[in-house]
Amino acid sequence: MIVTKEKPLEEILGFLMPHKRILIVGCDGCTQPPRGVREAKTYAMLVEMGGKLKNREIQCRTTTVAKQCDNNLCATTLTSQVKDIEAILSLACGVGVQTLSEVFPDIPVYPGQNTIFIGSQERESGTLYEKCKACGDCLLAETGGVCPITRCAKQLLNGPCGGQAKGKCEVGGWKNDCAWILIYNRLKDKGRLSEFTKFREQRDFRISQSPREINETEEKTEETP
Amino acid sequence: MKKPIYSNLMKEITEGKFVFTGELEPVKTTNLHEVLEGAKILKGHVVAANITDNPTAFAYMNALIPSYMIQKEAGLEAIYQMTTRDRNRIALTSDLLAAGALGIKNVLSLTGDHTTIGDNPQAKPVFDLDSASLVHLIRKMVDETIDLNNNKIEDPPKFHVGIAANPNADPLEPEILKIERKTKMGAEFVQTQCVYDIERAKRFMETMSNSNIPVLIGIAPFKSIAMMKWMVKFVPGIYVPDEMQQRLLEAKKRGGKEAIIEENIEIFSDLIKEIRKTTNAAGIHMMAVGFEWIVPKILEHSRKS
Repeated sequence: MIVTKEKPLEEILGFLMPHKRILIVGCDGCTQPPRGVREAKTYAMLVEMGGKLKNREIQCRTTTVAKQCDNNLCATTLTSQVKDIEAILSLACGVGVQTLSEVFPDIPVYPGQNTIFIGSQERESGTLYEKCKACGDCLLAETGGVCPITRCAKQLLNGPCGGQAKGKCEVGGWKNDCAWILIYNRLKDKGRLSEFTKFREQRDFRISQSPREINETEEKTEETP
Repeated sequence: MKKPIYSNLMKEITEGKFVFTGELEPVKTTNLHEVLEGAKILKGHVVAANITDNPTAFAYMNALIPSYMIQKEAGLEAIYQMTTRDRNRIALTSDLLAAGALGIKNVLSLTGDHTTIGDNPQAKPVFDLDSASLVHLIRKMVDETIDLNNNKIEDPPKFHVGIAANPNADPLEPEILKIERKTKMGAEFVQTQCVYDIERAKRFMETMSNSNIPVLIGIAPFKSIAMMKWMVKFVPGIYVPDEMQQRLLEAKKRGGKEAIIEENIEIFSDLIKEIRKTTNAAGIHMMAVGFEWIVPKILEHSRKS
């Protein structure tokens, strides 16, 4: 899932102040915590109240899209709803904001969220953890299922470094686990310490050179004999 | 085939001499006076001195210029420290070529402390390489006269490459495996973080007994009681035996600063003697940044029986 965090209301009000009629668009896709129509309604209330406090009459309508990263879905779901709209506040990740901007080039689209990371959720504690950096060259097969690119503060391929003590990382104040001690423990348990000790050559950063694109149709065509 | 020897440090290690190295730290200034004065004090007592590369991610003068200057002005061989924190492989290759041009003979390969613990914590961390792949780069440059991407180098540099290790590491086994990994990649010597407890030094050297790499054990005397307390409290894994702490505290009560210095000389010359006697360490790395003058005193005292 893609994890987002609300922008401060003051910042959002700063975007919306010049406009009177706003459409707040949630996303029912992978965004976590949920940013659907219920959250859109909460934002509408806050924005209208915030406007009033600043002597501005802002009218908000709310809606949601199954996946804001799908331009076709956005167009079919929203075209009829944006007729008299002056601005859109998107509650999706940065991908959703950009998709809406492309689908509705004449309407300013503002982000309601800061997109934080690709992560997982621990149900019991409700904590979201960053787990993948989309580096494009997955190492997990040889690192005991722990990603050093995401979970080591230095993204080391040959860790651990001297910044760990008792399996904790000094970056962030000794709270986070040292990814390389996790990797060491996992590989040791499986009797695969040689994979820990082996030298890993420097990465080829061209693989993750932005902007990246994949054309699924073309790839499928190429694969077909 | 015997490996060629480029530096005095490696020459003495190879000859089986018990070697001493020192450490100098350029700071946030354009003035090289203090580093050069430190080098002049160390000259004759240590075979070479490390020049630190923005330690704890503080933005100081780069290490290459002082490395060159202590060789030129003080006649003291440099161990040029390089971290992978601030430079990608292009910049590291470039600085290694410059170091070769300036006659640097030893490089210490380090990953480097993270940017967030430094004095510009907002900075973008680089870590394009790590200490192991920097060893790999240096080996390729020196042995194969090519860079990481196999591009040919004219007049390649001639370096010996060292690595750091931490005898206080907890757990210790991954630390040992890491040294093994870097030794396989061609690291030629180890300088360790500071050790205060002879048992730790012994345990570390015993665990290392299967490895052939020469190890210089790190010794860092205490400039003051405040420094000692800070080390004990904030440097993870550092263990200063109670008896050692007690001796220094009592020295302070007895005779203030001067007595602390005297006690330091006693304590650390004894520790050096013990290390020489009870381990197969190749030497000692003396870290007394800002009070280099204590190094000759400790070393002279350690030679007395």
